[in-house]
Amino acid sequence: MNGRRSTLLIAAVVFGFAFLYVPILSMIAFSFNDSRLVAVWGGFSFKWYGQLLHNRALLDAAWLSLRIATVTACVATLLGTMAGMALARFGRFRTRTLFAAMVSAPLVMPEVITGLSLLLLFVALAPWPLFPDTRGFSTIAIAHITLTMSYVTVIVQSRLSSLDESLEEAAMDLGARPWRVFVAITLPMIAPAMISGWLLAFTLSLDDLVLASFTAGPATNTLPMMIFSTVRRGATPEINALATIMVGIVTVCVVIAGLSHARHETRRQRDAQLAEGKGSELTSRDRE
Amino acid sequence: MPLLPRALRRSGRSAVIAVPWLWLLLFFVVPFVIVLKISVADTRWLGTPPYSPLFEMIDGRAALKVHAANFVFLWRDSLYRAAFLTSLTVAGLSTVLCVLLGYPMAYAIARAAARWRNVLLLLVILPFWTSFLLRVYAWIGLLGNTGAINQLLIGMGVIHEPIVMLQTDFAMYVGIVYSYLPFMILPLYANLEKHDATLIEAAIDLGCTPWQAFRRVTLPLSLPGVVAGSMLVFIPAVGEFVIPRMLGGPNSLMIGRVLWDEFFLNRNWPVASAVAVTLLVLLVAPIVLVQRFHARDATGVVAR
Repeated sequence: MNGRRSTLLIAAVVFGFAFLYVPILSMIAFSFNDSRLVAVWGGFSFKWYGQLLHNRALLDAAWLSLRIATVTACVATLLGTMAGMALARFGRFRTRTLFAAMVSAPLVMPEVITGLSLLLLFVALAPWPLFPDTRGFSTIAIAHITLTMSYVTVIVQSRLSSLDESLEEAAMDLGARPWRVFVAITLPMIAPAMISGWLLAFTLSLDDLVLASFTAGPATNTLPMMIFSTVRRGATPEINALATIMVGIVTVCVVIAGLSHARHETRRQRDAQLAEGKGSELTSRDRE
Repeated sequence: MPLLPRALRRSGRSAVIAVPWLWLLLFFVVPFVIVLKISVADTRWLGTPPYSPLFEMIDGRAALKVHAANFVFLWRDSLYRAAFLTSLTVAGLSTVLCVLLGYPMAYAIARAAARWRNVLLLLVILPFWTSFLLRVYAWIGLLGNTGAINQLLIGMGVIHEPIVMLQTDFAMYVGIVYSYLPFMILPLYANLEKHDATLIEAAIDLGCTPWQAFRRVTLPLSLPGVVAGSMLVFIPAVGEFVIPRMLGGPNSLMIGRVLWDEFFLNRNWPVASAVAVTLLVLLVAPIVLVQRFHARDATGVVAR
């Protein structure tokens, strides 16, 4: 690679990452700022974290969002895994094309459209029995599940199609029932994908403003809705503190996940090499 | 006896397909039908719901009532035309900016030493996992009149008066490019990573300069990645609501915001639905394109 070109590349990468990270880092720095003016440094302080702990409305909103995100992630993982199985393992069933289109459409649909259409559905369904007549927890969760199950489906499906089907076929040939094949063979293999899917669904639900604003009733306030109505009046140190806590949690989780993935990969590669070595040993012995 | 397990197996499979199928039918397809229905209804300001029914009983017979008035209104009204045009322009320009910034980054990550590659990739993915809303909010602190950038420039003596950046189109572009840059980098990286390095070597052996080799070999091969990334940026950017609302000016006319205001402030459900239908029609071509170009690769990278 010639020198000038790699300098340009490095400059682009440095600028790009600075662009991605400077806002987050400055937000973290100013969360420890004593001054009420967000961008004027007035000394180091934890006082905004203290205020955060006494902000009853914000804590209630956070608790609601965490509950919605948990329900969303569990149901979306269940539905998404089923859809992923159907798309990757069931061959060509009659409605497959339509099904595949329906699964991936929520991924690319602008949120305002999904939000508006779901709200109009909920309004239309409200008089029906079995359906909640006030909007809130359940309607937001339904909206989030509909969006996030698509992500889980894609993750599970791509994991399944990268896996060899022969293990499952072997189990089937040896007389295992489909359910047993799923529990004993398929489930352990797709578990990492399901965990990724669960975490992604949880994160997306916790972060969603648009779908929640459309599908929430007037009395419901999720954490993003709360943040949005607070910061529309400008930057506030309390939100900086909240953001720092959230970024901190996510960073720890992602770094742990990344490290364990890397370790898993190295082990898998070593096992593969060992197996290959054994394999060639066996074949050479066969030849003798 | 062998018949029964087979029947059971078949019904088990059907259930695995049917449950997500029905969920999506009820909560994704049916809602669109309702939007479509309301978009051709007439507005009834004082009614609950505030629109006319599609079927009405006239003289004991059901009559289908379709009003094209909402769409005609959208077409005639200069505000809506401007809003659609602005949204497409803003999304298009942001996509170009994302390509210009994202391509070198994706390229550099794909060419980096294996040890660095995962770290750099993790750094691209990390913002994806942190709150979008809070990351957009972070720019308020940076771009404001008393914000960090103005403070820094004044401190260095470059300027004397703060530059007004917040609540301008500039801030809106910054926010959109910033938020959607990972969506550009990841599919591009997934594409560039798969390139065979020997192709470049061959091109150079045959007398190409590195730049020519890039332009004639790497660039054409990476076009599917560029298209996938561009659609992943363009489609959500067209309907973006949060960023124009938080960083853009009070008069920024993005269609997502217009739809929102039409529904929540004006309570005009039929016009809001017509806006949604029109937006969807505009986006059908890019959405089909993105499905063609395997955008799922990108999601695969994120979730690894």
